[in-house]
Amino acid sequence: MVDFFLEPLQYAFMKKALVSCLCLALGAGPIGVLLVLRRMSLMGDALSHALLPGVAIGYIMGGFSLVAMGVGGLTAGLIMALLAGLTSRFTQLKEDASFAGFFLIALSLGVLLISLKHSAVDLTHILFGSALSVDDDALLSMGMISSLTLVVLACIYRPLLIECFDPAFLKSTHGKGGYYQIIFLGLVVLNLVSGFATLGTLLSLGIMMLPAISARFWAQKMTGLFVLAILIAAITGFFGLILSYHTDWPSGPTIVLLAGLVYIVSLVFGTQGSILHHRKYKKL
Amino acid sequence: MHSHSHTNKIQVKDLTVYYHETLALENISGTFEPGSLTAIIGPNGGGKSTFIKALQKLIRPSKGSVTHYCKNLCDTAYLPQKNEFDTSFPLTVFDVVGMGLLAHTGSFKAYTSEQIILIKKTLEKVGLNGFENRLINSLSGGQFQRMLFARIFMQNASLIILDEPFTAIDTQTCTHLIKLILDWNRQGKTVLVALHNLDLVEKYFPETVLLGRQCVGWGKTSKILTEANIKKAFKNLMV
Repeated sequence: MVDFFLEPLQYAFMKKALVSCLCLALGAGPIGVLLVLRRMSLMGDALSHALLPGVAIGYIMGGFSLVAMGVGGLTAGLIMALLAGLTSRFTQLKEDASFAGFFLIALSLGVLLISLKHSAVDLTHILFGSALSVDDDALLSMGMISSLTLVVLACIYRPLLIECFDPAFLKSTHGKGGYYQIIFLGLVVLNLVSGFATLGTLLSLGIMMLPAISARFWAQKMTGLFVLAILIAAITGFFGLILSYHTDWPSGPTIVLLAGLVYIVSLVFGTQGSILHHRKYKKL
Repeated sequence: MHSHSHTNKIQVKDLTVYYHETLALENISGTFEPGSLTAIIGPNGGGKSTFIKALQKLIRPSKGSVTHYCKNLCDTAYLPQKNEFDTSFPLTVFDVVGMGLLAHTGSFKAYTSEQIILIKKTLEKVGLNGFENRLINSLSGGQFQRMLFARIFMQNASLIILDEPFTAIDTQTCTHLIKLILDWNRQGKTVLVALHNLDLVEKYFPETVLLGRQCVGWGKTSKILTEANIKKAFKNLMV
Protein backbone atom coordinates (compact mmCIF):
# COMPACT_ATOMS: atom_id res chain seq x y z
CA MET A 1 0.00 0.00 0.00
CA VAL A 2 2.77 2.41 0.98
CA ASP A 3 4.65 1.37 -2.14
CA PHE A 4 1.68 2.39 -4.19
CA PHE A 5 2.32 5.99 -3.13
CA LEU A 6 6.12 5.93 -2.78
CA GLU A 7 7.16 3.94 -5.82
CA PRO A 8 6.33 6.68 -8.36
CA LEU A 9 8.36 9.14 -6.32
CA GLN A 10 11.69 7.57 -7.19
CA TYR A 11 11.37 9.17 -10.61
CA ALA A 12 12.47 12.76 -11.05
CA PHE A 13 9.63 13.57 -13.46
CA MET A 14 7.04 12.43 -10.90
CA LYS A 15 8.62 14.52 -8.18
CA LYS A 16 8.53 17.53 -10.47
CA ALA A 17 4.94 16.86 -11.41
CA LEU A 18 3.96 16.62 -7.74
CA VAL A 19 5.67 19.87 -6.83
CA SER A 20 3.99 21.48 -9.83
CA CYS A 21 0.60 20.34 -8.52
CA LEU A 22 1.31 21.93 -5.13
CA CYS A 23 2.30 25.20 -6.83
CA LEU A 24 -0.86 25.05 -8.89
CA ALA A 25 -3.03 24.50 -5.81
CA LEU A 26 -1.57 27.52 -4.02
CA GLY A 27 -2.46 29.94 -6.81
CA ALA A 28 -5.54 28.34 -8.34
CA GLY A 29 -7.32 27.67 -5.04
CA PRO A 30 -7.83 31.31 -4.00
CA ILE A 31 -8.43 32.44 -7.59
CA GLY A 32 -11.16 29.81 -7.90
CA VAL A 33 -12.85 30.95 -4.69
CA LEU A 34 -12.97 34.51 -5.98
CA LEU A 35 -14.23 33.38 -9.40
CA VAL A 36 -17.13 31.58 -7.70
CA LEU A 37 -17.94 34.57 -5.50
CA ARG A 38 -17.85 36.91 -8.47
CA ARG A 39 -20.26 34.55 -10.27
CA MET A 40 -17.80 34.19 -13.08
CA SER A 41 -17.44 30.39 -13.07
CA LEU A 42 -18.68 29.93 -16.60
CA MET A 43 -16.84 32.98 -17.81
CA GLY A 44 -13.65 31.29 -16.57
CA ASP A 45 -14.58 28.23 -18.60
CA ALA A 46 -15.01 30.28 -21.75
CA LEU A 47 -11.76 32.08 -21.08
CA SER A 48 -9.83 28.83 -20.68
CA HIS A 49 -10.97 27.58 -24.09
CA ALA A 50 -10.14 30.90 -25.64
CA LEU A 51 -6.48 30.42 -24.79
CA LEU A 52 -6.18 27.46 -27.18
CA PRO A 53 -5.33 29.19 -30.47
CA GLY A 54 -2.58 31.14 -28.71
CA VAL A 55 -1.29 27.97 -27.10
CA ALA A 56 -1.36 26.23 -30.46
CA ILE A 57 0.67 28.95 -32.11
CA GLY A 58 3.15 28.89 -29.21
CA TYR A 59 3.35 25.09 -29.57
CA ILE A 60 3.93 25.19 -33.32
CA MET A 61 6.68 27.74 -32.90
CA GLY A 62 8.38 26.61 -29.71
CA GLY A 63 7.39 22.96 -29.19
CA PHE A 64 6.04 21.65 -25.92
CA SER A 65 7.48 24.44 -23.79
CA LEU A 66 5.36 25.95 -21.07
CA VAL A 67 6.89 29.37 -21.65
CA ALA A 68 6.13 29.47 -25.40
CA MET A 69 2.62 28.07 -24.90
CA GLY A 70 2.07 30.35 -21.91
CA VAL A 71 2.95 33.53 -23.76
CA GLY A 72 0.68 32.48 -26.64
CA GLY A 73 -2.14 31.58 -24.28
CA LEU A 74 -1.82 34.78 -22.32
CA THR A 75 -1.96 36.87 -25.48
CA ALA A 76 -4.99 34.98 -26.79
CA GLY A 77 -6.76 35.25 -23.42
CA LEU A 78 -6.24 38.98 -23.17
CA ILE A 79 -7.35 39.58 -26.77
CA MET A 80 -10.46 37.50 -26.10
CA ALA A 81 -11.31 39.34 -22.88
CA LEU A 82 -10.86 42.65 -24.68
CA LEU A 83 -12.97 41.64 -27.71
CA ALA A 84 -15.79 40.32 -25.53
CA GLY A 85 -15.73 43.45 -23.40
CA LEU A 86 -15.85 45.72 -26.45
CA THR A 87 -18.64 43.71 -28.07
CA SER A 88 -20.86 43.94 -25.01
CA ARG A 89 -20.12 47.62 -24.70
CA PHE A 90 -20.82 48.66 -28.28
CA THR A 91 -23.52 46.20 -29.31
CA GLN A 92 -26.66 45.03 -27.58
CA LEU A 93 -25.15 41.60 -26.81
CA LYS A 94 -24.55 40.81 -23.11
CA GLU A 95 -21.00 39.93 -22.00
CA ASP A 96 -21.65 36.22 -21.38
CA ALA A 97 -23.16 35.73 -24.83
CA SER A 98 -20.30 37.47 -26.59
CA PHE A 99 -17.83 35.42 -24.54
CA ALA A 100 -19.58 32.23 -25.63
CA GLY A 101 -19.41 33.32 -29.27
CA PHE A 102 -15.71 34.04 -29.17
CA PHE A 103 -14.73 30.95 -27.19
CA LEU A 104 -16.36 28.59 -29.71
CA ILE A 105 -14.45 30.24 -32.54
CA ALA A 106 -11.23 30.15 -30.51
CA LEU A 107 -11.60 26.50 -29.48
CA SER A 108 -12.17 25.23 -33.01
CA LEU A 109 -9.42 27.42 -34.39
CA GLY A 110 -7.00 26.05 -31.77
CA VAL A 111 -7.87 22.40 -32.41
CA LEU A 112 -7.61 22.93 -36.17
CA LEU A 113 -4.18 24.59 -35.89
CA ILE A 114 -2.75 21.76 -33.82
CA SER A 115 -4.21 18.99 -35.97
CA LEU A 116 -2.95 20.59 -39.18
CA LYS A 117 0.59 20.79 -37.91
CA HIS A 118 0.92 17.74 -35.70
CA SER A 119 -0.42 14.33 -34.87
CA ALA A 120 -3.42 13.36 -32.76
CA VAL A 121 -1.06 12.41 -29.93
CA ASP A 122 0.03 16.04 -29.66
CA LEU A 123 -3.57 17.16 -29.55
CA THR A 124 -4.40 14.83 -26.64
CA HIS A 125 -1.25 15.98 -24.96
CA ILE A 126 -2.17 19.64 -25.16
CA LEU A 127 -5.85 19.22 -24.39
CA PHE A 128 -5.47 16.84 -21.46
CA GLY A 129 -1.95 17.33 -20.16
CA SER A 130 0.74 14.90 -19.15
CA ALA A 131 2.82 14.69 -16.01
CA LEU A 132 5.83 13.92 -18.18
CA SER A 133 5.86 17.37 -19.63
CA VAL A 134 6.82 19.21 -16.44
CA ASP A 135 10.48 20.11 -16.91
CA ASP A 136 12.64 22.47 -14.84
CA ASP A 137 11.63 25.52 -16.86
CA ALA A 138 7.96 24.69 -16.49
CA LEU A 139 8.30 24.15 -12.76
CA LEU A 140 10.09 27.46 -12.35
CA SER A 141 7.41 29.36 -14.29
CA MET A 142 4.65 27.69 -12.27
CA GLY A 143 6.36 28.64 -9.02
CA MET A 144 6.69 32.21 -10.21
CA ILE A 145 3.05 32.39 -11.26
CA SER A 146 1.85 31.06 -7.87
CA SER A 147 4.03 33.47 -5.93
CA LEU A 148 2.98 36.41 -8.08
CA THR A 149 -0.69 35.43 -7.72
CA LEU A 150 -0.54 35.32 -3.94
CA VAL A 151 1.34 38.63 -3.65
CA VAL A 152 -0.96 40.47 -6.07
CA LEU A 153 -4.07 39.02 -4.43
CA ALA A 154 -2.86 40.18 -1.02
CA CYS A 155 -2.38 43.70 -2.40
CA ILE A 156 -5.78 44.02 -4.08
CA TYR A 157 -7.75 41.70 -1.79
CA ARG A 158 -9.80 44.29 0.08
CA PRO A 159 -10.96 46.42 -2.88
CA LEU A 160 -11.51 43.28 -4.96
CA LEU A 161 -13.83 41.87 -2.32
CA ILE A 162 -15.69 45.15 -1.89
CA GLU A 163 -16.08 45.37 -5.64
CA CYS A 164 -17.86 42.01 -5.79
CA PHE A 165 -20.06 42.67 -2.79
CA ASP A 166 -21.01 46.28 -3.44
CA PRO A 167 -19.57 47.74 -6.67
CA ALA A 168 -21.33 51.11 -6.27
CA PHE A 169 -19.65 51.63 -2.90
CA LEU A 170 -16.18 51.13 -4.32
CA LYS A 171 -16.93 53.45 -7.23
CA SER A 172 -18.26 56.19 -5.00
CA THR A 173 -15.42 56.04 -2.46
CA HIS A 174 -12.46 54.85 -4.51
CA GLY A 175 -13.35 55.82 -8.05
CA LYS A 176 -11.47 53.02 -9.84
CA GLY A 177 -13.52 49.85 -9.94
CA GLY A 178 -12.85 48.42 -13.41
CA TYR A 179 -9.14 48.40 -12.86
CA TYR A 180 -9.26 45.60 -10.23
CA GLN A 181 -11.40 43.46 -12.51
CA ILE A 182 -8.70 43.63 -15.19
CA ILE A 183 -5.89 42.70 -12.77
CA PHE A 184 -8.02 39.79 -11.54
CA LEU A 185 -8.75 38.54 -15.07
CA GLY A 186 -5.01 38.70 -15.76
CA LEU A 187 -4.38 36.47 -12.72
CA VAL A 188 -7.06 34.02 -13.90
CA VAL A 189 -5.39 33.69 -17.30
CA LEU A 190 -1.93 33.28 -15.73
CA ASN A 191 -3.14 30.47 -13.48
CA LEU A 192 -4.91 28.73 -16.35
CA VAL A 193 -1.64 28.81 -18.29
CA SER A 194 0.15 27.45 -15.25
CA GLY A 195 -2.13 24.40 -15.27
CA PHE A 196 -1.44 23.51 -18.91
CA ALA A 197 1.43 21.10 -18.40
CA THR A 198 -0.22 18.68 -15.97
CA LEU A 199 -3.90 19.30 -16.68
CA GLY A 200 -4.03 20.41 -20.28
CA THR A 201 -5.83 23.42 -21.70
CA LEU A 202 -9.30 21.89 -21.57
CA LEU A 203 -9.20 20.95 -17.90
CA SER A 204 -6.89 23.56 -16.42
CA LEU A 205 -9.93 25.32 -14.98
CA GLY A 206 -10.93 22.13 -13.13
CA ILE A 207 -8.33 22.52 -10.41
CA MET A 208 -9.53 26.09 -9.93
CA MET A 209 -13.28 25.61 -9.84
CA LEU A 210 -13.95 22.19 -8.32
CA PRO A 211 -11.99 22.72 -5.06
CA ALA A 212 -13.50 26.21 -4.74
CA ILE A 213 -17.11 25.10 -5.11
CA SER A 214 -16.49 22.08 -2.84
CA ALA A 215 -15.13 24.43 -0.17
CA ARG A 216 -18.39 26.39 -0.28
CA PHE A 217 -20.12 23.35 1.27
CA TRP A 218 -17.81 23.28 4.30
CA ALA A 219 -16.47 26.75 5.11
CA GLN A 220 -18.40 29.89 5.99
CA LYS A 221 -15.75 32.58 5.96
CA MET A 222 -13.22 33.76 3.43
CA THR A 223 -10.15 32.38 5.25
CA GLY A 224 -11.72 28.95 5.56
CA LEU A 225 -12.71 28.97 1.89
CA PHE A 226 -9.18 29.83 0.76
CA VAL A 227 -7.45 27.27 2.98
CA LEU A 228 -9.88 24.49 2.09
CA ALA A 229 -9.74 25.19 -1.64
CA ILE A 230 -5.94 25.05 -1.55
CA LEU A 231 -5.96 21.81 0.48
CA ILE A 232 -8.48 20.09 -1.76
CA ALA A 233 -6.60 21.16 -4.88
CA ALA A 234 -3.27 19.95 -3.44
CA ILE A 235 -4.61 16.61 -2.22
CA THR A 236 -6.53 15.75 -5.38
CA GLY A 237 -3.50 16.83 -7.41
CA PHE A 238 -1.26 14.44 -5.45
CA PHE A 239 -3.56 11.42 -5.56
CA GLY A 240 -4.55 12.13 -9.15
CA LEU A 241 -0.93 12.04 -10.29
CA ILE A 242 -0.19 8.81 -8.42
CA LEU A 243 -3.28 7.22 -9.89
CA SER A 244 -2.44 8.36 -13.39
CA TYR A 245 1.07 6.93 -12.99
CA HIS A 246 -0.22 3.47 -12.11
CA THR A 247 -3.09 3.34 -14.57
CA ASP A 248 -1.49 5.21 -17.47
CA TRP A 249 -4.51 7.50 -17.64
CA PRO A 250 -3.83 11.07 -18.78
CA SER A 251 -3.09 13.14 -15.67
CA GLY A 252 -5.53 15.99 -16.44
CA PRO A 253 -8.81 14.05 -16.44
CA THR A 254 -7.64 11.87 -13.53
CA ILE A 255 -6.91 14.83 -11.27
CA VAL A 256 -10.04 16.72 -12.28
CA LEU A 257 -12.22 13.62 -11.83
CA LEU A 258 -10.84 13.16 -8.31
CA ALA A 259 -11.63 16.81 -7.58
CA GLY A 260 -15.07 16.13 -9.03
CA LEU A 261 -15.48 13.25 -6.61
CA VAL A 262 -14.68 15.59 -3.71
CA TYR A 263 -17.27 18.00 -5.10
CA ILE A 264 -19.98 15.34 -5.23
CA VAL A 265 -19.18 14.15 -1.69
CA SER A 266 -19.30 17.78 -0.48
CA LEU A 267 -22.54 18.36 -2.34
CA VAL A 268 -24.14 15.48 -0.45
CA PHE A 269 -22.44 15.57 2.96
CA GLY A 270 -21.15 19.15 3.36
CA THR A 271 -22.03 21.04 6.54
CA GLN A 272 -23.15 24.21 4.74
CA GLY A 273 -26.35 23.91 2.74
CA SER A 274 -25.59 20.51 1.17
CA ILE A 275 -28.31 18.03 0.19
CA LEU A 276 -28.29 16.23 3.57
CA HIS A 277 -27.91 19.43 5.52
CA HIS A 278 -30.92 21.02 3.84
CA ARG A 279 -32.98 17.90 4.55
CA LYS A 280 -32.21 18.12 8.26
CA TYR A 281 -33.37 21.72 8.28
CA LYS A 282 -36.69 20.81 6.72
CA LYS A 283 -37.34 17.97 9.16
CA LEU A 284 -36.82 20.20 12.17
CA MET B 1 -13.92 63.16 14.51
CA HIS B 2 -16.54 65.51 13.02
CA SER B 3 -14.13 68.09 11.74
CA HIS B 4 -15.67 68.62 8.31
CA SER B 5 -16.61 72.05 7.18
CA HIS B 6 -20.12 71.29 6.04
CA THR B 7 -20.14 73.09 2.78
CA ASN B 8 -21.75 70.50 0.63
CA LYS B 9 -23.96 72.39 -1.77
CA ILE B 10 -25.10 70.55 -4.88
CA GLN B 11 -26.47 72.36 -7.89
CA VAL B 12 -28.41 70.47 -10.56
CA LYS B 13 -28.90 72.14 -13.93
CA ASP B 14 -31.11 70.81 -16.74
CA LEU B 15 -30.19 67.23 -15.82
CA THR B 16 -31.40 64.80 -18.50
CA VAL B 17 -30.60 61.08 -18.60
CA TYR B 18 -31.40 58.57 -21.33
CA TYR B 19 -30.88 54.80 -20.98
CA HIS B 20 -30.30 53.88 -24.62
CA GLU B 21 -33.51 55.24 -26.17
CA THR B 22 -35.53 55.48 -22.96
CA LEU B 23 -35.88 58.82 -21.25
CA ALA B 24 -35.34 58.41 -17.48
CA LEU B 25 -35.00 62.02 -16.33
CA GLU B 26 -35.83 65.22 -18.15
CA ASN B 27 -34.59 68.75 -17.44
CA ILE B 28 -34.24 68.57 -13.67
CA SER B 29 -32.97 71.76 -12.04
CA GLY B 30 -32.57 72.75 -8.39
CA THR B 31 -30.19 73.11 -5.47
CA PHE B 32 -29.49 71.05 -2.35
CA GLU B 33 -28.38 73.48 0.34
CA PRO B 34 -25.60 72.49 2.79
CA GLY B 35 -27.04 70.85 5.87
CA SER B 36 -30.45 70.23 4.30
CA LEU B 37 -32.58 67.12 4.79
CA THR B 38 -34.44 66.21 1.62
CA ALA B 39 -36.83 63.42 0.66
CA ILE B 40 -36.75 62.24 -2.96
CA ILE B 41 -40.13 60.76 -3.85
CA GLY B 42 -42.11 59.71 -6.88
CA PRO B 43 -43.66 56.63 -8.51
CA ASN B 44 -41.58 53.57 -9.39
CA GLY B 45 -39.82 54.21 -12.67
CA GLY B 46 -40.00 57.93 -11.96
CA GLY B 47 -36.20 58.21 -11.95
CA LYS B 48 -35.35 58.34 -8.23
CA SER B 49 -32.43 55.92 -8.39
CA THR B 50 -31.23 57.41 -11.67
CA PHE B 51 -31.30 60.84 -10.06
CA ILE B 52 -29.34 59.60 -7.03
CA LYS B 53 -26.70 57.97 -9.21
CA ALA B 54 -26.39 61.04 -11.42
CA LEU B 55 -25.90 63.20 -8.31
CA GLN B 56 -22.82 61.15 -7.47
CA LYS B 57 -21.65 61.04 -11.08
CA LEU B 58 -22.01 57.25 -11.09
CA ILE B 59 -23.85 57.71 -14.40
CA ARG B 60 -23.18 60.38 -16.98
CA PRO B 61 -25.98 62.81 -17.82
CA SER B 62 -27.06 62.94 -21.46
CA LYS B 63 -27.56 66.68 -21.02
CA GLY B 64 -27.14 69.22 -18.22
CA SER B 65 -24.86 69.06 -15.20
CA VAL B 66 -24.43 68.30 -11.49
CA THR B 67 -22.00 70.53 -9.60
CA HIS B 68 -20.68 69.85 -6.09
CA TYR B 69 -19.48 72.98 -4.31
CA CYS B 70 -17.15 71.23 -1.89
CA LYS B 71 -13.57 70.20 -1.67
CA ASN B 72 -14.06 66.81 -3.14
CA LEU B 73 -16.79 64.61 -4.48
CA CYS B 74 -15.52 61.59 -2.57
CA ASP B 75 -16.83 62.99 0.70
CA THR B 76 -20.12 61.16 0.11
CA ALA B 77 -21.59 58.14 1.87
CA TYR B 78 -24.00 56.25 -0.38
CA LEU B 79 -26.42 53.48 0.52
CA PRO B 80 -27.59 51.63 -2.61
CA GLN B 81 -30.88 49.71 -2.77
CA LYS B 82 -30.71 46.34 -1.09
CA ASN B 83 -31.09 44.38 -4.33
CA GLU B 84 -27.73 45.74 -5.48
CA PHE B 85 -25.93 43.66 -2.82
CA ASP B 86 -25.00 40.02 -2.92
CA THR B 87 -26.29 39.09 0.53
CA SER B 88 -25.00 35.50 0.34
CA PHE B 89 -21.41 36.73 0.31
CA PRO B 90 -19.26 35.03 3.00
CA LEU B 91 -18.45 38.25 4.87
CA THR B 92 -18.91 39.12 8.52
CA VAL B 93 -20.66 42.22 9.85
CA PHE B 94 -17.24 43.48 10.92
CA ASP B 95 -15.88 43.16 7.36
CA VAL B 96 -18.73 45.19 5.90
CA VAL B 97 -18.70 47.95 8.52
CA GLY B 98 -14.89 48.10 8.21
CA MET B 99 -15.29 48.94 4.50
CA GLY B 100 -16.39 52.38 5.68
CA LEU B 101 -12.78 53.00 6.72
CA LEU B 102 -11.43 52.28 3.23
CA ALA B 103 -10.34 55.90 2.82
CA HIS B 104 -8.07 55.47 5.88
CA THR B 105 -6.93 51.87 5.54
CA GLY B 106 -6.46 51.84 1.76
CA SER B 107 -6.31 48.38 0.26
CA PHE B 108 -3.56 47.02 2.44
CA LYS B 109 -3.31 48.50 5.96
CA ALA B 110 -4.64 46.49 8.90
CA TYR B 111 -7.19 48.01 11.27
CA THR B 112 -5.70 49.78 14.28
CA SER B 113 -6.99 48.91 17.75
CA GLU B 114 -8.74 52.33 17.89
CA GLN B 115 -10.51 51.55 14.65
CA ILE B 116 -11.61 48.15 15.94
CA ILE B 117 -13.05 49.76 19.06
CA LEU B 118 -14.76 52.40 16.91
CA ILE B 119 -16.38 49.70 14.77
CA LYS B 120 -17.69 47.92 17.88
CA LYS B 121 -19.03 51.15 19.36
CA THR B 122 -20.74 52.03 16.11
CA LEU B 123 -22.40 48.62 16.03
CA GLU B 124 -23.82 49.41 19.47
CA LYS B 125 -25.12 52.72 18.14
CA VAL B 126 -27.12 51.03 15.37
CA GLY B 127 -28.42 48.32 17.71
CA LEU B 128 -26.19 45.46 16.53
CA ASN B 129 -24.31 45.02 19.79
CA GLY B 130 -21.99 41.99 19.60
CA PHE B 131 -22.84 41.19 15.97
CA GLU B 132 -19.32 41.74 14.60
CA ASN B 133 -18.57 38.08 13.88
CA ARG B 134 -22.01 37.23 12.48
CA LEU B 135 -22.11 36.30 8.80
CA ILE B 136 -24.14 38.71 6.72
CA ASN B 137 -26.23 35.95 5.19
CA SER B 138 -27.67 35.24 8.63
CA LEU B 139 -29.02 38.79 9.09
CA SER B 140 -32.65 39.81 8.76
CA GLY B 141 -33.57 42.64 6.38
CA GLY B 142 -33.65 45.13 9.24
CA GLN B 143 -30.32 43.98 10.69
CA PHE B 144 -28.72 44.19 7.25
CA GLN B 145 -29.86 47.78 6.88
CA ARG B 146 -28.59 48.64 10.40
CA MET B 147 -25.20 47.23 9.40
CA LEU B 148 -25.10 49.46 6.33
CA PHE B 149 -25.97 52.46 8.50
CA ALA B 150 -23.00 51.56 10.70
CA ARG B 151 -20.81 51.60 7.59
CA ILE B 152 -22.07 55.12 6.80
CA PHE B 153 -21.07 56.19 10.34
CA MET B 154 -17.53 54.92 9.66
CA GLN B 155 -17.28 56.94 6.44
CA ASN B 156 -18.05 60.12 8.35
CA ALA B 157 -18.97 61.95 5.15
CA SER B 158 -20.57 65.37 4.99
CA LEU B 159 -23.05 64.28 2.30
CA ILE B 160 -25.18 61.17 2.89
CA ILE B 161 -27.34 59.69 0.13
CA LEU B 162 -29.73 56.81 0.91
CA ASP B 163 -31.69 54.93 -1.75
CA GLU B 164 -34.88 53.45 -0.23
CA PRO B 165 -33.43 52.51 3.18
CA PHE B 166 -36.83 51.65 4.67
CA THR B 167 -38.01 49.10 2.12
CA ALA B 168 -38.91 45.70 3.64
CA ILE B 169 -37.82 46.37 7.22
CA ASP B 170 -39.73 46.23 10.51
CA THR B 171 -41.20 49.38 12.11
CA GLN B 172 -38.87 49.26 15.09
CA THR B 173 -35.81 49.35 12.85
CA CYS B 174 -37.43 52.05 10.74
CA THR B 175 -37.92 54.31 13.80
CA HIS B 176 -34.34 53.70 14.91
CA LEU B 177 -32.89 54.48 11.48
CA ILE B 178 -34.93 57.69 11.19
CA LYS B 179 -33.51 58.81 14.51
CA LEU B 180 -29.99 58.23 13.17
CA ILE B 181 -30.80 60.20 10.01
CA LEU B 182 -32.10 63.12 12.07
CA ASP B 183 -28.94 62.97 14.23
CA TRP B 184 -26.73 63.17 11.14
CA ASN B 185 -28.68 66.16 9.92
CA ARG B 186 -28.41 67.85 13.29
CA GLN B 187 -24.63 67.49 13.09
CA GLY B 188 -24.80 69.59 9.92
CA LYS B 189 -24.57 66.82 7.32
CA THR B 190 -26.52 67.11 4.09
CA VAL B 191 -28.84 64.11 3.81
CA LEU B 192 -30.83 62.96 0.76
CA VAL B 193 -33.21 60.02 1.08
CA ALA B 194 -35.26 58.31 -1.64
CA LEU B 195 -38.36 56.72 -0.10
CA HIS B 196 -41.97 55.72 -0.67
CA ASN B 197 -43.71 56.30 2.66
CA LEU B 198 -45.34 59.73 2.40
CA ASP B 199 -46.24 59.81 6.11
CA LEU B 200 -42.54 59.67 6.95
CA VAL B 201 -41.79 62.40 4.42
CA GLU B 202 -44.42 64.68 5.92
CA LYS B 203 -43.32 64.06 9.47
CA TYR B 204 -39.52 64.24 9.25
CA PHE B 205 -38.30 65.78 6.00
CA PRO B 206 -38.32 69.60 5.63
CA GLU B 207 -37.52 69.50 1.88
CA THR B 208 -38.89 67.32 -0.89
CA VAL B 209 -38.08 66.60 -4.52
CA LEU B 210 -40.99 64.99 -6.39
CA LEU B 211 -39.92 63.17 -9.53
CA GLY B 212 -42.08 61.72 -12.28
CA ARG B 213 -39.46 61.61 -14.99
CA GLN B 214 -39.62 65.40 -14.91
CA CYS B 215 -39.28 67.42 -11.74
CA VAL B 216 -42.84 67.91 -10.55
CA GLY B 217 -41.82 69.85 -7.45
CA TRP B 218 -38.68 70.84 -5.53
CA GLY B 219 -38.93 72.80 -2.27
CA LYS B 220 -40.61 72.88 1.15
CA THR B 221 -42.36 69.58 1.80
CA SER B 222 -45.66 71.24 2.80
CA LYS B 223 -45.84 72.95 -0.60
CA ILE B 224 -44.76 69.98 -2.68
CA LEU B 225 -46.74 67.20 -1.05
CA THR B 226 -50.16 68.04 -2.51
CA GLU B 227 -52.60 65.65 -4.10
CA ALA B 228 -52.49 67.54 -7.38
CA ASN B 229 -48.68 67.28 -7.57
CA ILE B 230 -48.66 63.57 -6.80
CA LYS B 231 -51.30 62.90 -9.44
CA LYS B 232 -49.21 64.85 -11.90
CA ALA B 233 -46.10 62.79 -11.08
CA PHE B 234 -47.97 59.57 -11.81
CA LYS B 235 -49.59 60.95 -14.96
CA ASN B 236 -46.21 61.89 -16.41
CA LEU B 237 -45.27 58.23 -16.47
CA MET B 238 -48.42 57.10 -18.23
CA VAL B 239 -47.70 58.94 -21.47
